[in-house]
Amino acid sequence: MTVGIVIVSHSPDVAKGAADMVRQMVGNDVPLGFCGGNPDGGLGTSVEKILAAIDAAWSEDGIAILVDLGGAETNSEMAIEMLPEEKQKKIVICNAPVVEGAVMAATEAWGGGSLADVKRTAEELSPQ
Amino acid sequence: MALPLDTLLDTLSARIIAAAEELTELDSAIGDADHGLNMKRGFEAVQAERTNILAKPTGEALKTVGMTLVMKVGGASGPLYGTLFMTLGKELPEDPTLADIGRALQASVVALKARGKAEVGNKTMLDVLGPVAAHLESGTASLDSVRALATASARATIPMKAIRGRASFLGDRSIGHMDPGARSSEILITAVCDVLEGKS
Repeated sequence: MTVGIVIVSHSPDVAKGAADMVRQMVGNDVPLGFCGGNPDGGLGTSVEKILAAIDAAWSEDGIAILVDLGGAETNSEMAIEMLPEEKQKKIVICNAPVVEGAVMAATEAWGGGSLADVKRTAEELSPQ
Repeated sequence: MALPLDTLLDTLSARIIAAAEELTELDSAIGDADHGLNMKRGFEAVQAERTNILAKPTGEALKTVGMTLVMKVGGASGPLYGTLFMTLGKELPEDPTLADIGRALQASVVALKARGKAEVGNKTMLDVLGPVAAHLESGTASLDSVRALATASARATIPMKAIRGRASFLGDRSIGHMDPGARSSEILITAVCDVLEGKS
């Protein structure tokens, strides 16, 4: 199994573009979900879409979520809390830039890294 | 007092929807110009669920309002206002007194601080809800004093520097603008007071 990656952006285009860059790096070997936009499709984030993206990328080894701005993080936290507890424990939100973080995280996941490894690798990009 | 849930839902929705442009304008000064539209989308969804919501007992009805806002708002205000209504649904007793409402609102303020990783003084909705909850809990509150405090508290966010939310990116440039979340909280508090007084 491989850790799954979920990309959550305010923009559907950014989410799709970041997902394309991940695919270019690691092909289809890493489970990947992405979403962007509010429930009407404008800029924003949606708990419903985030839940669907987590579902699409689901891996028993865990899910690392990359988010862009505040609402993406708050809505991702909300989405995680709505899942059963055994799933919640296997999901982390990475404090990392969404595009670079997603590519780094996916590369680490592709190499067989654990959820903690994936999170750490993505977060190496963030100023401590 | 018995909460007139149908009038409450309709008045809260109508006031927020009517203020959508004003809220978005406030948000365009220091944020991403979506607060009014997001809140409008959320309360339109609440209205679409109206029959289903009103069929439930008060606690469950408020939780459903919260969950609807979580799913439909499409910004950080969804989980934030969703948490507010879900906590109220959990904490409010049947036929609450003003002090009971204060205790329930105080529990919501605690939940909101955790959800938004914010404190009172950060230029957010908490700058209205925090003082109002404390005032209600004190047992000396009247509907008039609550309304006045909500309005003064929203206004008091104007000179604040934003610490949380999109406005915090602006640093000192966030000073001089009212926080949109504080304003939407003021609108909701005022609407609740008006309904309880029979003025809506």
